[in-house]
Amino acid sequence: MPTDTIVPTDSIEQAPIAVEAVAVRFAGDSGDGMQLAGGQFTVTTAFVGNDFATFPDYPAEIRAPRGTTFGVSGFQVHFSSQEIHTPGDEVDVLVAMNPAAFKTNIEDVRPGGIVLADEDEFSKVGLKKAGYAPDVNPLDDEDLQRRYRIVPVPLSRMVRESLADDDHGAKEVMRCRNIFALGVVSWLYDRPLEPVIDHLNEKFGAKKGRQDLADLNIRALKAGWNFGETAELVGERYTVAPAKLEPGTYRSISGNEALVLGLTAAAVKASKAMVYASYPITPASDVLHGMAGMKRFGVTTFQAEDEIAAVCAAIGASFGGSIGVTGTSGPGLALKGEAMGLAVMLELPLVVVDVQRGGPATGMPTKPEQADLLQAMFGRSGEAPVIVLAASSPSDCFQTAIEAVHLATRHMCPVILLSDAAVANGAEPWKLPDLDAIEPITIEHPTEPNDGDAFRPYLRDEATGARPWAIPGTPGLEHRVGGLEKEAVTGNVCYDGENHEAMVHVRQAKIEAAQAVIPPMEIGGAVEADTLVLGWGGTRGAILEAVDRLAQEGIEVAHAHLRHLNPFPGDLGEVLGRYRRVIVPEINSGQLRFLLRGKYMCDAKGVNVLRGRSFQVQELIDGIKGHLEVTA
Amino acid sequence: MTTLTPKDFTTDQDVRWCPGCGDYAVLAAVRKALPAIGGAREHQVFVSGIGCAARFPYYMETYGMHSIHGRAPAFATGIKLSNPALDVWLVSGDGDLLSIGGNHTMHAMRRNVGIRVLLLNNRIYGLTKGQYSPTSEVGKITKSTPMGSIDEPVMPLAIAIAAECSFVARCLDIDAKPLVGIMERAAGHPGTAFVEVLQDCNIFNHKAWFHASQKDSRKACTIELKHGEPMLYGDEQERCIVRSSSGLETAAVADVDAGAIVVHDESNRTQAFEIASMRFPEFPEPLGVLYVDQSRPVYEQACAGQVAAAKSDRPADLDSLVRGPDTWQVT
Repeated sequence: MPTDTIVPTDSIEQAPIAVEAVAVRFAGDSGDGMQLAGGQFTVTTAFVGNDFATFPDYPAEIRAPRGTTFGVSGFQVHFSSQEIHTPGDEVDVLVAMNPAAFKTNIEDVRPGGIVLADEDEFSKVGLKKAGYAPDVNPLDDEDLQRRYRIVPVPLSRMVRESLADDDHGAKEVMRCRNIFALGVVSWLYDRPLEPVIDHLNEKFGAKKGRQDLADLNIRALKAGWNFGETAELVGERYTVAPAKLEPGTYRSISGNEALVLGLTAAAVKASKAMVYASYPITPASDVLHGMAGMKRFGVTTFQAEDEIAAVCAAIGASFGGSIGVTGTSGPGLALKGEAMGLAVMLELPLVVVDVQRGGPATGMPTKPEQADLLQAMFGRSGEAPVIVLAASSPSDCFQTAIEAVHLATRHMCPVILLSDAAVANGAEPWKLPDLDAIEPITIEHPTEPNDGDAFRPYLRDEATGARPWAIPGTPGLEHRVGGLEKEAVTGNVCYDGENHEAMVHVRQAKIEAAQAVIPPMEIGGAVEADTLVLGWGGTRGAILEAVDRLAQEGIEVAHAHLRHLNPFPGDLGEVLGRYRRVIVPEINSGQLRFLLRGKYMCDAKGVNVLRGRSFQVQELIDGIKGHLEVTA
Repeated sequence: MTTLTPKDFTTDQDVRWCPGCGDYAVLAAVRKALPAIGGAREHQVFVSGIGCAARFPYYMETYGMHSIHGRAPAFATGIKLSNPALDVWLVSGDGDLLSIGGNHTMHAMRRNVGIRVLLLNNRIYGLTKGQYSPTSEVGKITKSTPMGSIDEPVMPLAIAIAAECSFVARCLDIDAKPLVGIMERAAGHPGTAFVEVLQDCNIFNHKAWFHASQKDSRKACTIELKHGEPMLYGDEQERCIVRSSSGLETAAVADVDAGAIVVHDESNRTQAFEIASMRFPEFPEPLGVLYVDQSRPVYEQACAGQVAAAKSDRPADLDSLVRGPDTWQVT
């Protein structure tokens, strides 16, 4: 929180101090309920009307040994009275439920930031588990105390004492530590408790029939709040005014939720049944979970035996006349490669969602990365072009999903939709779209022969390059499709060299034909500057903030962001040519840059970070400045 | 409605199997069976994987998909999920369905997807020119096993029954009439119908099934399964299957009580597994329908049932879905 907004205060009785933006991180064991505490703090934040962005950061291990550093789970909420796009580079308030959480998160706290630590967990045993040397307690470390406002809180003891009753065992009581901590932070930032209380009543009372647990947690929440107030814990309180967002009705949305809504909306807009076939994989599983609840919209979900079966079932569903969709992460995309090549050959609609994570191989399953771009572009045998789209934020997944279905059915081809772990799990406010304004997706299944008395399955629409989507059950249009090279028009098996070359070009041209419905580039920032910062996918928020802050420093750069990676927007080459410098920030080693060089001979420079998280705004600013200085 | 003939199921594509291949006989039988089965041509979908047998769909004047190696059951599952009313046939080989595709074959069966699977088992890789297959016998000398195969072969029927397949049958490529009969029964079966067809690859594994298919040895080397009848075989039906404390055994009819001879029961899964596990030459090759269970729920119907139940349970209100439970106003 910027210090210049802090109003001097003498007494706790005074009104909370208004600050512009705050980042709070809850960190604890993966079994401590940090995702729940963070999620509920987000709901409250939305209720108050702040703009916000969240960053859940959790380990791949479901329950790593208690108290260890590799079992630490975190949830960061960045909320502001201004428009924001990232979860925040630095943490203003860290809630550390144990020494391991303290150790792994303290470096991210800004100097002067508040650290609320459960001192009861900083026992000899707890410190040892976190890997601290004997007789070292970081809460007593004078260097750290100078750097941060470390506030030891007897959190465990107070939970135990304030909640003790005859009906609940120690285990149930201690499970409320996260809600107690949430109460403390709610007091600190003057947040209302009602949304959390409603949620607890719903979660434990209405859904599980355990109103007693709801009441226990509500007592913990209030105890936390009261403790903050009574103990004058930090000395002052803060408040973040509502953000001046565009008027309208808002909800909070994560990327995976938005994918579910977008895919479902696309099925409704296309008046088609959808089959979502998938195999559980982090961080894409929530899309499968969400789609499983969309049956009333005509969505069938199929949890296949593996990634390959999932994509094959989706292709089979498309052949049968449904919209076939599969979802996965990078390793699964690799497994689906051969079948996607078949879909290219069969020329059937297929949407493949890839929620990217750190790779290669199993890599870092819960951490974001943008390193599947080239796999999406080229990860198939032969020349097998597909349409590639990337969502730029959690809420943008909605529109991108609709567009993916639209393009797949319009051009009869696979579309890969790239998201990433940060977009998937992060949440932001979303102004509800006008559903009536979303164009219907027009799909036609032929019922009559298209060449005299004959049906030619590979006779194309001139504008889109698409072949007719004739579906089984239609009399007179019986035809065979397969992975062997097709003769143009008839679709019969054909090994003729000239035909093959022509078909390779036809399949490529069909993808390029999608450019007709891809909007031209939108350039933001200092449009007339000599430098363009060009991003794609989930880094948009960080890039926007970096460009804004550079402008505040007097450094003017233009900014553009790509949703369409294949084909690129038709004017991309011309746009690149307008700028003396093109800087491409990516959470990979330069994959978009590689494509830009190959296609446009554009000598783009990269800002590349591969640290299992999205960009920090500051490192982007530094990276961009570095290129400006070098070539000034 | 005009009666269809085998010709109505014949495409204009040249059949490209080797002359003398057992696949021709199966193709002829299938073309012959379909008019008898009586489904509309546009409702038939033939799906295959990769291999010689997998070229099958190109020769059937129906809807068809020649997919990728081993995955045909997954494509077929997707087609049935999309439209449960279609008659989906899966035709492929032993390498395709039992080696690279063994996983998908098993899962289609245990889900009881309503597809008819014709596994053309020639115990060899034909399209890749003669390597041993998962059904090749131990000791098989091929290009990739010059000193003989050391891999224990899988038993397709036993795998099917172990995988909860609800219809399991077996017949010979050259037995047009029984094949058509079994296909008719398979077509009438609601769930996964699995038919292993013993097929001759006359180029790379000629005579692999000759003990079962040739007149002189057939009666001694095969047993025709008939529901409710004692399991007899041999030139004069002088041999039989009996049960001992260690499982099924062969015996001379003359040496046992009539009551000791095992009676074939299509509904007895345990016994069907024992029959499926009978290995030649210790046992005769079983032919006919081993096992049928029509009571199991059919996968795509259960799926469609859930979708229908969800639709009747709550209106499909996209607006309310997109709004979600918690919204707030910005003015």
